[in-house]
Amino acid sequence: MEAALQERQDSIHRTGEAPFAMECNKDSLAGAVSQRACVFCGSRVVLYPIADALHLVHGPIGCAVYTWDIRGALSSGPELHRLSFSTDMQETDVIFGGEKKLYNALVELIDRHAPKAAFVYSTCIVGIIGDDMAAVCRRVSEEKGIPVLPVQSEGFKGNKRAGYAAACNAMRQLVGMGDISGISKYSINILGDFNLAGEIWLIREYFTRMGVEVVANITGDGRVGDIQRAHGAALNVVQCSGSTMDLAKMMKEDYGIPSLRVSYFGIEDMAESLYAVAAFFKDEEMMRRTQELVKEELSLIMPEIMKYRQALAGKRAAIYVGGAFKAFSLVKAFRTIGMQVVMVGSQTGTPEDYEELAAITDPGTIIVDDSNPLELSAFLQEKDVDIFVGGVKERPIAYKLGVAFCDHNHERKEMLAGFSGMLNFAREVYGSVMSPVWKFVPRKSGEEMSHENHERTRNL
Amino acid sequence: MGKILPNYVSTTNACKLCKPLGASLAFRGVEGAVPFLHGSQGCATYMRRYIISHFNEPIDIASSSLGEKNAVYGGGANLKLGLKNVTEKYHPALIGIATTCLTETIGDDVKRLLFEYRREFMQDGGPLLVQVSTPSYSGTHMEGFHAAVRALVEQLTVESEANSTVNILPGFLSAADLRSLKEIVVDCGLTATVLPDFSETLDGPALRDYPLIPKGGTKISDIRAMSGAKATVEFGHTLPDQLSAGSHLEKTYNVDLHRLGMPVGIRETDRFFEMLSGLSGNPMPEKYAMARGRLVDSLVDGHKYIFGKRAIVYGEEDLVIGLTSFLAEIGVQPVLCASGGTSGGFVKAIEKAVEGFGLEIPRIHEGMDFFEIGELAAELKPDFFLGHSKGYTLARGLGIPLIRVGFPIHDRMGGQRLLHIGYHGAQQLFDLIANTMIAVKQDTSEVGYSYM
Repeated sequence: MEAALQERQDSIHRTGEAPFAMECNKDSLAGAVSQRACVFCGSRVVLYPIADALHLVHGPIGCAVYTWDIRGALSSGPELHRLSFSTDMQETDVIFGGEKKLYNALVELIDRHAPKAAFVYSTCIVGIIGDDMAAVCRRVSEEKGIPVLPVQSEGFKGNKRAGYAAACNAMRQLVGMGDISGISKYSINILGDFNLAGEIWLIREYFTRMGVEVVANITGDGRVGDIQRAHGAALNVVQCSGSTMDLAKMMKEDYGIPSLRVSYFGIEDMAESLYAVAAFFKDEEMMRRTQELVKEELSLIMPEIMKYRQALAGKRAAIYVGGAFKAFSLVKAFRTIGMQVVMVGSQTGTPEDYEELAAITDPGTIIVDDSNPLELSAFLQEKDVDIFVGGVKERPIAYKLGVAFCDHNHERKEMLAGFSGMLNFAREVYGSVMSPVWKFVPRKSGEEMSHENHERTRNL
Repeated sequence: MGKILPNYVSTTNACKLCKPLGASLAFRGVEGAVPFLHGSQGCATYMRRYIISHFNEPIDIASSSLGEKNAVYGGGANLKLGLKNVTEKYHPALIGIATTCLTETIGDDVKRLLFEYRREFMQDGGPLLVQVSTPSYSGTHMEGFHAAVRALVEQLTVESEANSTVNILPGFLSAADLRSLKEIVVDCGLTATVLPDFSETLDGPALRDYPLIPKGGTKISDIRAMSGAKATVEFGHTLPDQLSAGSHLEKTYNVDLHRLGMPVGIRETDRFFEMLSGLSGNPMPEKYAMARGRLVDSLVDGHKYIFGKRAIVYGEEDLVIGLTSFLAEIGVQPVLCASGGTSGGFVKAIEKAVEGFGLEIPRIHEGMDFFEIGELAAELKPDFFLGHSKGYTLARGLGIPLIRVGFPIHDRMGGQRLLHIGYHGAQQLFDLIANTMIAVKQDTSEVGYSYM
């Protein structure tokens, strides 16, 4: 496509139009205006929801202030995670080193908030000036008697995925510290759900109804104490592409805990996830309870969903999200409401992820890695999309062009996971696609026909 | 005197942003320009997200996306590749290159790199390249904003014939403010170069095609000719000389510089109109005389609802100074004026703004964060907060309203359409403040009366 730079062509694939191949999981191209953030961002999003930990960003003010209260990750108790702590490094700290300031800031904040642990995030310049963060963390940990964990998240040291790994490395040090007596043999950790809009509470309720004990939320509504006992669980149930898979692998290595990959988005994947957990425990009674749960939940949502399906049938969707794994579920969720996905992309997908997307999407679907406004806007226009699903940075692209939008990122305030989440999703899509405001945007009010009209005339 | 705050080492919930964000906003206000950050990818993306959440508009900020090797061996190659790619796809007239803490710390010599780039890739022409040094470890987004404006003038303006335009350097205003400012100048019979002007580039209409570089912004040819203007009007009591584009124009081209406060409230707006009258030789247009008259009339109508109310005002220094001046005029007692900025001129300017109104001198703090504001807030017993969205949690905690002004407005629609300046802006602010206080009284009233 013309909108894409030459070096970007290999990161764009069209299902069925060529043998599958995809350049991905590499550094963003300079000057391409990537939608990605950095290593720090990866670490910050994963650890952020741990609500009783102190999250101190060691660096100049920007990194902390742009991530202040940035996620819709709810807590049922403490809310320390919603504060933005920074060492706010100044020029003198850069010249003479920031270790002393870091030490003093840590002591001050730990004394003030009495957190259960502290995560200290490294930023770009800390990596350059060479502050020994680990040494400062060790010292404070000894003095204050809580885990103080350095997160090696210098922004330039890779992409967002490297940040996930750094976060998992930090959490690995917590796991194994707690008492695991009394944990049920039917027990799991929930990995990769961040309790956006309270989603993990819903998922936990499903597991409780099945008879499964949840030991630790990693990390939605997360608690340090729970993560410290996480090695007592029988199974790690991992959602999301890459963010916590590393930790599951580490726990397999360290404690032999197996893991399952799941997704809580959409009816199919949600049900499948619960069945997979029930199957793992090989308990017939649990499987029966799970089937009942699914049946009951579906009966609550399907009548309303069918109503939306009728209105939305045949409309086209585009998806651009952080993790590719969520995209799989979204492709299926759109099918549930009768819609067709014509473009799908992610910031951090792997070759396997994209191959899977190529396998489940219709011929002609555009698949893209690490895209940018230039490409995304061209895709939206080429495919004459009815709704775009993405995050804050994708929203103005859609809106400017007069395309409906569904927020499906970590800032959203609507619960989209679980069975009732699917209903919310359908409502969100319906509420945006069916709004009368599109009648006035140039795309629809102008001389050119919309694709519905195109199709109508084509069918005549 | 009240509570003395300890000198905290850590920062919690900062009341400032970082330098490159300010520079990006300023560059976005130039016609045909693309802001470009020389640093790691995250900076550009975080700032885009932050700016988008306020303006609800696209803003493409390019990045040299430095990786680990570049951090070790220098970011030159990525900078050049990035410029090449932006040029190829965006066809910009200008690329505004701001550094970040990473590239400042590794010591990239951007000036030299751009010299090389021009030699290697721009033999057949290409965009103008304007560069500014904006390490986030010194100063706030406002220093970044002013530094970028100054860099534009230093690097673009050339000797030109004397003309009758007026340079206006407004600082960081809303899109609505900029539109209003331009209208005022035209109504006064003047031609002005307003730099920067993102009134359209960050607040544009719905379109059929994605605007890679939206229409609008200060014309480059106008920036070039700022040397020939008959005067420069620059807003900002706390703007230091070395960051002032007006000072540069005065020193280099002898353009008279008039430094005014941001025209918020009656007195500062009066001063601005006096200045414009002086420059145009015309009296204040009837439209504004009427607006001023209606404003004063409404202040009388509503004065009882707000007299003696106590306000905490926070945000960028010059905006807080303007707002405080207005609060003094309408009988509100500012109890705390706070900013994350540290210009050194804040305290004096606030003291001057409240002088002569029989008010207590408020607590005035530079370099403050929201934790510290919160520490003082409880004992100061404010009736409302006046500032951007980030004070919401504190206001909610105290059960008092937050009246939203400035940047960022992340939790309401229309931040870009808030009008702060001129008589019309003062009118909107007054109605907002008075109605907020009336609503508090009404909502907490047991009878729930339906008239004022």
